[in-house]
Amino acid sequence: MDRGVDGHRPALSGRGALLLGAPPLLFLLLFFAYPVASIVGLGLSGGTDRGAAAGVLDTWLDARTVEVLRFTLWQAALSTVLTVLAALPGAYVFARFRFRGRRLLRAATTVPFVLPTVVVASAFLALLGPRSPLNDMAALLGVPGPIVRLEGSLWAILLAHVFYLYAVVLRLVGGVWSNLDPGTEEAARVLGATRWMAFRQVTLPLLWPAIASAAAIAFLFTFTSFGVILLLGTPGTATLEVEIYRTTALLLDLPVAAALALLQMGSVLLLLLLYGRLQDRLTIERGLRPPADVTRPVSDRRSRLVAGATLGSMGLLLALPLLVLVERSFASGDGHGLEAYAALFQAGGRAGAFVAPAEAIGNSLLFAGATVILASLLGLMSAAVVAYRRGWSSRGLDALLMLPLGTSAVTLGFGFIVALDQPPLDLRTSPLLIPIAHTLVAMPFVVRATVPLIRAIQPRLREAAAVLGASPRRTWLEVDGPVIARAALVGGGFAFAVSLGEFGATLFIARPDVPTVPIAIFRLLGQPGTLNFAQAMAMSTILMVLTAAAVLLIERWRGEAATAF
Amino acid sequence: MKRLTAAVAALIIAGCNGSGDGSGGGGQLPPPASRTELVVMTHDSFALPDEAISAFEDEQGATLRILRSGDAGSMVNQAILSREDPLADVLFGVDSSFLTRALDADIFLPYGSRELAAVPEIFQVDDRQRVTPIDHGEVCLNIDREAFANEDPPAPTSLEDLTLPEYRGMLVVQDPASSSVGLSFLLATVARFGEEGWREYWAGLRENDVLVSDGWEDAYYGRFSGGAGEGDRPIVVSYASSPAAEVAFAETPTAEAPTAVVLDGCYRQVEFAGILQGTDQAELAGAFIDHLLSRPVQEAIPLEMFVYPVRGDVTLPEVFLEHAKVVEEPLELPMDQVEANRQRWIAEWTDIVLR
Repeated sequence: MDRGVDGHRPALSGRGALLLGAPPLLFLLLFFAYPVASIVGLGLSGGTDRGAAAGVLDTWLDARTVEVLRFTLWQAALSTVLTVLAALPGAYVFARFRFRGRRLLRAATTVPFVLPTVVVASAFLALLGPRSPLNDMAALLGVPGPIVRLEGSLWAILLAHVFYLYAVVLRLVGGVWSNLDPGTEEAARVLGATRWMAFRQVTLPLLWPAIASAAAIAFLFTFTSFGVILLLGTPGTATLEVEIYRTTALLLDLPVAAALALLQMGSVLLLLLLYGRLQDRLTIERGLRPPADVTRPVSDRRSRLVAGATLGSMGLLLALPLLVLVERSFASGDGHGLEAYAALFQAGGRAGAFVAPAEAIGNSLLFAGATVILASLLGLMSAAVVAYRRGWSSRGLDALLMLPLGTSAVTLGFGFIVALDQPPLDLRTSPLLIPIAHTLVAMPFVVRATVPLIRAIQPRLREAAAVLGASPRRTWLEVDGPVIARAALVGGGFAFAVSLGEFGATLFIARPDVPTVPIAIFRLLGQPGTLNFAQAMAMSTILMVLTAAAVLLIERWRGEAATAF
Repeated sequence: MKRLTAAVAALIIAGCNGSGDGSGGGGQLPPPASRTELVVMTHDSFALPDEAISAFEDEQGATLRILRSGDAGSMVNQAILSREDPLADVLFGVDSSFLTRALDADIFLPYGSRELAAVPEIFQVDDRQRVTPIDHGEVCLNIDREAFANEDPPAPTSLEDLTLPEYRGMLVVQDPASSSVGLSFLLATVARFGEEGWREYWAGLRENDVLVSDGWEDAYYGRFSGGAGEGDRPIVVSYASSPAAEVAFAETPTAEAPTAVVLDGCYRQVEFAGILQGTDQAELAGAFIDHLLSRPVQEAIPLEMFVYPVRGDVTLPEVFLEHAKVVEEPLELPMDQVEANRQRWIAEWTDIVLR
């Protein structure tokens, strides 16, 4: 099936690629490569007398660095495998079954992904800590002692990572799965294959590119994990990202920070190149079908069982921590009430530590809107180049796009300070810097969501259109256009979600007083007082509802676009 | 399509407004000629009442722009990195832990505020007056009063108590490598037990099953049992003002704080403000520092940031008088000793407590 793909691909001309690729490339060079190179360069120039290279080597070979790198890789690999295994059944159920509330549920799975880590850690502590409702229940049943204990452990980290990244696998794999023609698998079954054989030999090979894409994102996220490790891990265990934060933000030891940043970016680049090679070998053209054709109702006992078990375990994993969080937001003395919410909407109330929280919601929505536009535009341009072109230009752009995900937020934030200090580029204290930083983080999602779909468009359709007399322009509009539009909405949804929940980069940018929701939550959690805690939980609940609503809206658009197939 | 166009248009307009506000260092848009703008760089916990801000703006005919830059550490580091081309005119919130680094980097202009007369000598640490003290806070052990209500064991009263078997498994502290509160507590033990004794003390705490958290939020809300805490440890490292905050920010008004302070072993942190080198508004920046030291603002500071004013002649708000403790003899270490040894102490602490 793989043969001949190249020959058919409507090669984007060199000039076309240049035109499409130039804006995203310029954006990346200006707002990513230049700031990061500036801060790393500053670190390298301030190293030991023996020269920059020797200083970098000293840091890399330090026993502490080796230990940190080992732990970083190990927890990232475990988290990735666990996330893919946990989310595949969910992707299947959402791709193949129609049931009441399907859209709402799928939108809801995105919520964990955008919650700031401070909130997720609190939710997990509330659920699994000593005051857990689970323990109360056990006590009622007469089971002695706390049955669950979540002290800093690798399991706590892994659980939080799976909780976070479930949606990435569900969406990226589920998106492709819901367009796969079940006919192929059915044909295999008719020819005598068992269910498992049919899945392994027919469906799985078609899903591999999407699984690899999702796994790559999961790995990147966990490789650079920061908040989860800091809040749920055992002190002393650190990822590279945590070490970079410590050496930069706390110690201002720029030479060591630069060496560590180079190590992290180098590792990420290596991983990306390996992944790119893999991806090239795995891309397969396949028949795409509108999702409506491939889903069926949950009718027989078997499918009820499969769907029920999958959704049930998904609920346990994703919903339980969030429900505890919502419960805490209504806590009031010994009972429940709306005090926390009321306090949130008092402009400059007692917790005068920041402007009216409602304002933070407005700020967040504005930044997220700007991020969606910027990230979708630039992301689609890059996706076209990556999908239509082969060779180093495509692979290089792809890797460069992903690199911001592998770069520490504090490196980028401090890089902005050092690099963007001359007019007309003095954006150091401009609010515009926030959507720009969010776009750097969101663009890879737009590209990841778009490229597999563009690559999978069957050349036969284009040929047919051409034979029937359509101009290349028309062919593109009619054949590629609808697919890309759909993919763009999925990518845009991710961009929106990423922007709403982004915390690290925003915190490290010198910014005028326009707090986003995660920053407001962080400030509330920074002061003692039950009302502050409840307000933080209330703010998190609002963020959750906001995200779910936004994603649901995008799902609706996506549905309309899908009928254009 | 129409909707989309409208949305894009709205965003562009909003974006222009946003960048219009943000033209301070941009140079593309000239600021309105009538009002000058003073940019204040500060950390994320900074807060002042609206009246305090508008009073300054009206008096000076200027606009205040607050620029937040993460926690105190990243703020100071950002100020040092942008030394050649400062982001702001004045910086507020550099504390004793980072002061030496900031002074060594030479980022401040000297300024002697006329209000300093009302500030006790002990807070005026820089003889060249490059920074001005504004407020102070003490890092202290806090206890969950309910856990010690029936005196079995009684609430601890000293650092030494914590190594006794009665208090086994009760204490949660923060990792000094990642938390400024944790670092202050480590410094408290160094100040109390000396360069030799502090290691032994921490070995004793480890024997007694001390729990280490990465940050204040996790320790206070996740592991501590008092207040809104989800945990089961009745002793935590926090601030002398935390019980007052528990009363001020209670969901249902209470007469008594659920937590209390252990007065022994408190470590003092002073917060300073300074005029940044390279500003062309040094005079206005000085006026802002005077404003921060003025009586109305000093009186407002406790309830906004839960720290203590440096002025000796202001009365504390009632909730502070009743529930917060004024630490009479806090522990302190000379700033340059901290700067010179911090990294080594943290590394040694990690070996003793976590390895």
